[in-house]
Order: sequence, then structure tokens, then C-alpha cells
Amino acid sequence: MEAKPIPDRFLRLHPNVKALLRDVPVLAFDRFRDTFLSQVASGARVSAYFASPRGDGSARLLAVLSQPLSATLAVFAADVGGSYPALTPDCPKAHWFEREIAEQWGVIPLGHPWLKPVRFHASYAPNRDAWQRRPGDPIRPADWDFFRAQGEDVHEVAVGPVHAGVIEPGHFRFQCHGENVLHLEISLGYQHRGVERALIGGPDARSIHCAETLAGDTTIGHAIAYSMAMEALAGIRVPAKAQILRGIMLELERLANHTGDLGALAGDVGFLPTLSYCGRLRGDFLNMTAALCGSRFGRGMVRPGTVRFDADRQRIQRLTEHLDQTMHDVRAAVSLLWDTPSVMARFEHTGALHREAAAALGLVGVAARACGLEQDVRTDFPFGVYRFAHVPVSTWDTGDVFARAWVRWMEIQRSYEFIWDNLMALPDDPLPPLPPEAEMEPDSIVVSLTEGWRGEICHVVLTDPAGRFAHYKVVDPSFHNWFGLAVALRNQQISDFPLCNKSFNLSYCGHDL
Amino acid sequence: MLNVLKARWHQGYRTIPYPQAAPSLPDRFRGLPQVRFSLCPDGCHACMAACPTGAIDMDEHGKRRIDLGRCLFCGECGVVCPHQAIMFTTDHRLAVRERRDLCLHEGDVLNRAAALDKKMLRVFGRSLKFRQVSAGGCNACEADINVLTTIGFDLGRFGIQIVASPRHADGLLVSGPVTRNMALALQKTYAAVPAPRLIVAVGACAISGGPYVGLPEQNNGVPSALPVDLYIPGCPPHPITILDGFLRLLNKIA
Repeated sequence: MEAKPIPDRFLRLHPNVKALLRDVPVLAFDRFRDTFLSQVASGARVSAYFASPRGDGSARLLAVLSQPLSATLAVFAADVGGSYPALTPDCPKAHWFEREIAEQWGVIPLGHPWLKPVRFHASYAPNRDAWQRRPGDPIRPADWDFFRAQGEDVHEVAVGPVHAGVIEPGHFRFQCHGENVLHLEISLGYQHRGVERALIGGPDARSIHCAETLAGDTTIGHAIAYSMAMEALAGIRVPAKAQILRGIMLELERLANHTGDLGALAGDVGFLPTLSYCGRLRGDFLNMTAALCGSRFGRGMVRPGTVRFDADRQRIQRLTEHLDQTMHDVRAAVSLLWDTPSVMARFEHTGALHREAAAALGLVGVAARACGLEQDVRTDFPFGVYRFAHVPVSTWDTGDVFARAWVRWMEIQRSYEFIWDNLMALPDDPLPPLPPEAEMEPDSIVVSLTEGWRGEICHVVLTDPAGRFAHYKVVDPSFHNWFGLAVALRNQQISDFPLCNKSFNLSYCGHDL
Repeated sequence: MLNVLKARWHQGYRTIPYPQAAPSLPDRFRGLPQVRFSLCPDGCHACMAACPTGAIDMDEHGKRRIDLGRCLFCGECGVVCPHQAIMFTTDHRLAVRERRDLCLHEGDVLNRAAALDKKMLRVFGRSLKFRQVSAGGCNACEADINVLTTIGFDLGRFGIQIVASPRHADGLLVSGPVTRNMALALQKTYAAVPAPRLIVAVGACAISGGPYVGLPEQNNGVPSALPVDLYIPGCPPHPITILDGFLRLLNKIA
């Protein structure tokens, strides 16, 4: 008789609900590995996978796998010494996470196929470095071996960190055969400013601003994730009106960025009308955000327990008019794209990614939905107002630049409807005053998930015995998706890189933290 | 083609009439703060405790001041102040030429940016090309610099342009706190700009480190070895604040 397989062991956790750290099972590494792989095989996604240091110098691996079918998270841990057998060979979506674990804590995932730093900073663990660098050794970004193709006519193209446009720094290394890209390797870390480390010991006056600037174009998305974690830890209830206003702000952020992206995509194929109009219309959405909170990026709006700015009938009325007028113009500007054969010819079949590849790499957000993957935190793990107001998941299945543009356009329409409905549903009563500050639960863990305009945002917060931040882990959607861009570039013309890159429009600072 | 023309007609003329007319800014916009620290009772430090970046402090004579170079314009200080000693106005004109001009005591009038001298105006007055360097930060400054090139602001009508190579540039627009990993790239880009050249520090990060001030992975803004010609405060500065700074530098706003 065959032995029964040992059932997986993990803490089943709901997003935005705290649990005691001691309830997270610490498994022997083999069990950790089996649980990780079997959960992923049954459809779980890797929302976070990181190491935190322990007093005795060892590191504790912590996995947060999200299970959309049950809308729960599987959380489990394992203690490891200086090395452990890597999961990446069996689970490609662990690739970037394990490189980060190695870089941050000097713990080596043995057998990792491409173990390089992701951000190029010194190890956080004293006297332990995954690459035996000594303290004080110079660390230069992108100063490492790159994957190389060899042969006659094969050449290498290096771009960045300083780019031709007004964009963030990053280094791109292409292996080309003629115009054809055989492989692209992306080396980041130029924007690394140490935000996760700055949060430790918090919350303090700086903390919310660190959250708001994790990725400046996703201020609302990250501020909501941060606030939900704080609210769970301190047991704060958020008034309904504040929840609705947060949802409206999050969708305005999506509208602004998606509209800007569609304009920029038009620009990358030389179609200037939509580029010009969408550049202006993006600004209109930003101005609506500023009409609510004073800042075009939503700075100062979301605070733990509340939002800082109320909206009365008159303000809502003005906002609704502005929204309708702008949406009317967006429709006219964007529909030009789909009606213009020269645009469609450049969008279709460019930078296509298969559904299987997208799932295996663990892509999130627009990039995943454009490959036909139905995943959206607003539906899978509804938070705040999304528990009551449903936003349909927009997907397309061709995985190319067109799909990523078309999904954005569908989402623009859904966000507009959502905002409209919720502006109408906004209670007239003013926001209640903020309850007095509450202590955060000590020795606890909370995972918050939101759907920013790029995709899933995950914050994992661990508190110490005094109820302060002992560890703060941020997973921006870009962390999942940069490798997807690299894979989408294979067998494309190098001249299509700007177009493919814009169709993903990933964040450098959100990745680099 | 007909659709394209129809859309063009539909979208209309959208360029704002700045600087001829005042910009329309939302009532909640937080621009130049008006401080009345004489209202502060002894021992009250609520604003200083609430400030995320230490922008409000005491000078060497024990007088309270606010440093717009550090200020994130979040308004938290105004919220916690029980005496209305700090109010943010909607005045968007914030750019200055000297770092020290950003430190304001009660009663100080902001010494807004003066124009370049005659010789420099002869060189740059009608054509000024910038290379932008993003050196850390959160990409919001970059986003609102980019906006200036859209039809709403139409930077080109003032002879100002953002170019792709430092070799083609007359100066650098620097954003971000200058992370350790960007310090060398910033230096090299500066060296590649032919003299005479300008440096504009855009945003709290480039001026002081912004929300990252003091963190070990960054340099608290543009290093003192690089001479900054224009400081534009904000987190991020509103595009109209950036434009206003450029136009003052070029003597197009007095």
C-alpha cells in the first residue's frame, strides 16, 4: 500500500486580516518546498516570497501564495542557513524572488540558473554575502556578466541607465542577430533608495510618504495597501464614505495612466493625433484627482483609517461634469487607434506572449490579462468598496501589444462606469472624525493586496513585540512583470523595443524600492 | 482620414494662455505656504513632529522657519497646528535661484527666481535645450516634466525643448535624491553637456533628498559639486510651477 501524501501545511490567511506570527507554520525545508510547489501547481500565485533575518544569524523564508479560488492566502515559512536548494528550477516565477533573497540576506538558493543581484546594493546581513563581496567593496549597478549569444553576426546592444526620453533609469542589454533580438536582459537597481529598510521601526511621520512614493504614478494604490495593513494591525474600521472615495481615487489613477499609455503607444508608432489628445486627457484625469485632494498624484489623500479630504455634493457635481466631458474626448481620441490600419498593423502580433508563458512567469495586471489570464485583485480578493461594487475583469487573449492596449481601453470604460456609479452612491453625510490612534498588534503579520493600475500590489508587514514594523515587504506589480517584457522581446525587431516596453509600462522605482 | 480630421476638430485648441493669464488651479492645491509662527505658543512643536522631512525647524537664533526645499507640500503641519500658523495658499510660483531663498521665516517674501544674466540670456534666451536625468525618486517629477511637452503647456512655444542627448543640451533637469547607483551616471551626463551649462533641480528629492532625506542609499539631492541654477520645490512640483521657473530664468516673466 502506498503511503498517503502528507497534506500541505500552511496558515490560511485572508488579505487585510492580521494573524499572530507564531501561527505561521515553520516547516522543515523539504516540506516548505513540497507545499510551495504543490500549491503553485494547483493554481496559487506567488504574491510574496522573501527572507527575514533571525537573531541567531539564520534567515527565515516566508512564502505568501495567493489562491484566487478560495480568496485566501497560504502563508508558511522555513528556516535556512547560508544556502538552500533553489525553487526556481521547478518554479520559474520564483526566479526574481530568489535573486532578491540572495541579494538582501546573503542566503544562496543553490542551483538557481541565473543568480545575479536585482538591485545592486550591499547585503543586509552582516558578514554574509551571496557573492563573497567584502564590506566596502564597490558595488556598481549592471556591473556583472550578462547572458550572451555567440556566433557570426551576433552583436550586443547596451542601452541606459540614462535614456533618451524623460523616463527612469535602467540598463537593457540586447543580444541581436541583425535586427532580430535573440535575448534581452534587464538590469535595474538605479532607483534603489532603501524604502523597505526605512520603514522598519515605524510607523512614524515619514512612513506614509514612503508608501506614497514607492511608485509615484501609483500613489493611491500603494497608499491603500499600506493603510489597509495598518488598519488590520490596529483594528481600525474605515467609514464607508472613505472606502468609496478611495475606490474613486484608485480608478482615477487607472484612468490617467491607461489614457497616457494609449497616447504614448500611439506616439511609438508615429500616430500623432492620439498621442497629442491623450497627453492632454491624461492631465484632465490628474486634475480631477487634484480637485479632490489638491495633488495630481493623490498625495495626501489616503491615510490609515480614513481619507483626508471629503467631497460634498457641489464638488461631486463638478467632478461628474468634468469626467463626462473628458471621457467623451477620450472615446474620440482612442477610437482613432482601432480605425487606423497603420496603427493596428504595428500593434498586432508585436511582442506576443503566450498564456502559458505568462502564467509560468507569474505575470500580473494588464500584462497578464492581455494574455487571457483572468486575474484581478478587485475580483479575486475584493477589498474596500470592491466588496460591494464589482468591476468586471477585462481580458484579451492575443498577448501582443494590441492586447495590452485593448485591455487598457476596456479598463478605461469599466473604471469610468465605476467612478460614475460610486460618485452617485457617495453618502451626503460628512466624513466622521478619525478615531484616536490605536496601538498596533505586536508579533503579528498582515498581508494587504490591492489592484493598482499596473496590477497586483502586495505589502507584507511583520510587527515586533512592541507593535512596530519589524519587517516591511513590498511587491510592486513591476517586480513580477519585468521578466515578462524580456521574454516578449525574443524574436522581435530591436526597433520594436520602445513599443513593447511602453505596452508593459513598468515601474523602475516600484521595482527598485 | 476623415475621422482623423473630425477628431482634430472635436478636440479643439487646448494650450493654456500662461503666462498671459493666471492658471486655473484647484482650490485644494497646496502651493506657497503662508506662515505666522508668531502665533505659536512656547513649547508647541506639533508641526515639527508631524513633518515627514524635518522641513520645519528652529534657526540658530531660535526662530522657527520652513524650508520649501524639504517640504513635500503634504499639508500635515497645517492639519495638526491648533493655531492656524501654517496655511498653504494656491500660489504656484515657487522657483528660486539660491538654495537659501527656500528657507522662510514669518514675514519673508519668497525671492522668486531672477533671470539669467545678460550674457547667458544672449546664449539661451531664445533656445534652451534640456537633458533630463532621473536620479532616483518616484517618477512623479518625471511625469510632470513630461506633461510640459504636451499640447496643454506646449513648452516648445517658449523655445525650450527636452532633448535626447546631453551633447545636444544646454543643461540638465535633475530629479530624484541621486541614489548611490545613479551618482556616477549623473556626473557623466553632466560632463557630457558642453559649457556654458545650467542645472535645474526639480522637486524636493533633487533639492534635499525629499522623503528619502538621510537614508544611506542616496545623496540628499544634487551633490554640492554641481552648481544648481534653479531650484523648483514640490513633491512633485506642479507642471505650471516648473514652467513658471523656466520662464523666470529666461526673463519671460518678471
